[in-house]
Amino acid sequence: MLQDTSSPAVSSAAISVEKLNVYYGSNLAVRDVYLDIPRNQIAAFIGPSGCGKSTVLRCFNRMNDLIASARVEGTIRFEGMDIYPTGEAAKNFDPVELRRRIGMVFQKPNPFPKSIYENIAWGARINGYRGDMDELVERSLRGAAIWDEVKDKLKESGLALSGGQQQRLCIARAIAIEPEVILMDEPCAALDPISTLKIEELMAQLKEKFTIVIVTHNMQQASRVSDRTAFYNAEATDAGGKVGYLVEYDDTEVIFGNPKEEYTRDYVSGRFG
Amino acid sequence: MTFESITDAQAESNLVAAEAKFQPNLAGRYRLDAIFKAATIAATTIAIAVLAWLMFDVLISGVGSLDRSFLTSFPSRRPEQAGILSALAGTGWVMFLVAVFSFPIGVGSGLFLEEFSGDNWFARFIEINISNLAGVPSIIYGLLGLTAFVIILGDWTGGRSILTGALTLTLLILPIIIVATREALRAVPDSIRQAGYALGANSWQVIWSHTLPTAFPGILTGVILALSRAIGETAPLITIGALTFIPFLPEGPLDPFTVLPIQIYNWVSRPQKDFHDLAASGIIVLLVVLLVMNSFAIFLRSRFQKAR
Amino acid sequence: MSAETPSSKNVHLWQANYESAKTLETIIRVLCGFFAVISIATTAGIIGTLIFETIEFFQEVPLWQFLTDTRWTPLFASKQFGIFVLMSATLLTSTIAILVAVPLGLLSAIFLSEYASTTMRKTLKPLLEVLAGIPSVVFGYFALLTVTPFLQEIFDFVRTPIPIPAWLDFLPFTQYYEPDFFLELPFPYLEGFNALSAGLVLGISITPLVASLSEDAIYSVPQGLRDGAYALGATKRETILAVVIPAALSGIVASIILAISRAVGETMIVTLAAGQNPNLGFNPFVPVMTMTAYIVQVSLGDTAVGTLPYKTIFAVGMTLFLMTLTLNIFSFWFVRRFRERYE
Repeated sequence: MLQDTSSPAVSSAAISVEKLNVYYGSNLAVRDVYLDIPRNQIAAFIGPSGCGKSTVLRCFNRMNDLIASARVEGTIRFEGMDIYPTGEAAKNFDPVELRRRIGMVFQKPNPFPKSIYENIAWGARINGYRGDMDELVERSLRGAAIWDEVKDKLKESGLALSGGQQQRLCIARAIAIEPEVILMDEPCAALDPISTLKIEELMAQLKEKFTIVIVTHNMQQASRVSDRTAFYNAEATDAGGKVGYLVEYDDTEVIFGNPKEEYTRDYVSGRFG
Repeated sequence: MTFESITDAQAESNLVAAEAKFQPNLAGRYRLDAIFKAATIAATTIAIAVLAWLMFDVLISGVGSLDRSFLTSFPSRRPEQAGILSALAGTGWVMFLVAVFSFPIGVGSGLFLEEFSGDNWFARFIEINISNLAGVPSIIYGLLGLTAFVIILGDWTGGRSILTGALTLTLLILPIIIVATREALRAVPDSIRQAGYALGANSWQVIWSHTLPTAFPGILTGVILALSRAIGETAPLITIGALTFIPFLPEGPLDPFTVLPIQIYNWVSRPQKDFHDLAASGIIVLLVVLLVMNSFAIFLRSRFQKAR
Repeated sequence: MSAETPSSKNVHLWQANYESAKTLETIIRVLCGFFAVISIATTAGIIGTLIFETIEFFQEVPLWQFLTDTRWTPLFASKQFGIFVLMSATLLTSTIAILVAVPLGLLSAIFLSEYASTTMRKTLKPLLEVLAGIPSVVFGYFALLTVTPFLQEIFDFVRTPIPIPAWLDFLPFTQYYEPDFFLELPFPYLEGFNALSAGLVLGISITPLVASLSEDAIYSVPQGLRDGAYALGATKRETILAVVIPAALSGIVASIILAISRAVGETMIVTLAAGQNPNLGFNPFVPVMTMTAYIVQVSLGDTAVGTLPYKTIFAVGMTLFLMTLTLNIFSFWFVRRFRERYE
């Protein structure tokens, strides 16, 4: 399958993936993924359900470690550092530390049952933030374009907000610990169109400071917000199951305007998925 | 088309700046993690260890006097001759009657609340009642039994008799059976009922032919667990006047009686160590009976789950 | 071609007797309704008996005496009816029990739901259920005949005089027994009947209750909340303490309140191990008589129906009933009010 063929505009990538295979138990879920995520851009993973988009995403911050049967083969480098090291290097590597630098926003907004202030402050506190907490909370809420809506009710529960506001709160929580990359797993899937639009506008601002990787089912969303797009598909295995694979990864305009693979062409024109 | 992106050097300096602001102190945090995890393991271990200690202690003290004559003798003032025969008989009689009473009443009430009634105030009122009754201490049921069955209805129940004891314990375990019945009925998929109704059956026919058979193993499990609770009850029976020294076998439900837990209590309260060992033997018998009952209930429950 | 409808052809084969089926259904429905009413009758019976006898009791003993007497001696010549004597014993044993059951139960629940592997959970949960099913008279045996002697040995050991050289006699707690010096810590003496053993064993007996209800509460916390914490770079302990437990808190608190209610109403452990001496106070090393133990004592005796001592068991029973009722209602209200909504 095609590898990264865009013009070499980026000198080095935030995340680079080489020959990634992910297993759940003995089931191969995703195979042979190669891609580079450039810094300060938005990369979108699109494709029908069950093709491994979220699986690959969750490898980047080692959230797959929480699933007992998950196994990762291949190399993923974050800023040049192998994040699945083996042997000696594994002793010095801590996924917990990695997760401060790579944040995540989930499909279903999951604010903590704490006040809005605490939702932001807690992540910073456990990571040993040494600065002014009030200032950090305000800065993060502003960065998530929600400060004006909540500035008078910081002590209220995060759960009292609407769905779209909760998701922006989760984004604020993620950016508070100053990550370099933000992973978003279908962040707008549970939201109404207006909230979705707000978050898409927010993403355009966020990419000035962060690298963003987003998994989305919504093709139009991918074409609106992303700079590069990766299209995944699934194929049947001999065992009767299916395995996901990367079909094509290129600049968004190429994927949607002039894709090189036939499957990609069929998918973006709506012929399937 | 080229894109703006930050250089490697800039990324490096961003990282350094961020790391200066955040001092995660992972080593210290992991140490606390280890302490916490050790505490949870310790707590679980302590609970299980005490259980083991208790079992071990009872076995050591009781297995010596556990023999044929123990099971077939009456209690006596001499420990070498004492046995649990009358207590076993009393327990048998009482549990038999409790099962006979509590099964229909408990299952019937559960059926009423789950299948026959709507969401009206009457059903809600009964539900609240049952929740409350489940939390009432067992000795209060003894007081109720004393007044209602010993004094008021004494002429019919024979006063401080097996029948009174059985009625009191029935009232005690009814909430358990009702809750278990309702849960078992709720677990029956509605599609089964709908299919029955669609064929023109009335609600009793649907219940009798479809709902009850499907829910039955769950109900039976609940009843057995309720009965195993009743078998160990001591306080309410003491209160209604079960005696502690019965050197004869009861001949009918209106006779005075004792039960195994009360016999055990009686022996524990005596100062002589020999009686304490007898108590331990009695406890072994009681625990064996409970083990058999609970194993049967678990066996039924797993059969029930496999069948689905 | 004309199809023959079954109804026209075989109508004689279908002879439903809807009438008798309907009658049967009505009979069963009424019968089940009658059974359900028994629960109401039970509550009415309990409340009725307690109220009736308590009113009779207070016609002979004024309420202020019930609340302010400092001794409980209904069977002596100089009768005193201070309920707080019995209540202090109940509170003492229940407090000790809760101090045991809450840490053990909650930490076990956390271990089982967050740390234990599936095989571990499969073996440990049934063991906890076994602990839950042990009758209280067995725990009473254990408390009186095993735990008390064991604790007495420990207390005696701590109290054993240690020989010390004479030049150390300036230290506190030293005694001089001809001709030598000894260090003797003023440790209390544990009596054969005491509230400490009873409370400790009572605590063990209600630990499974706290553990299983807390585990249910922890289990129902959505994984998404935990994921959110892990994604911020939290460790497992941080996630449990800052996110999972607060989210499960209403269920955990409800389990604790129910455990208190159970401890207050428990009879055989305290009757056997805590003794039958009504002592006002909170000394865990001496015999005390709880409310439940008193009722047992009277029931085992020869008290005639209708006499004042007879009525006392109902007055005590009423107090006990009100205490547990309040706790149960509070637990129910607490869950309703504070149940976390994560959706």
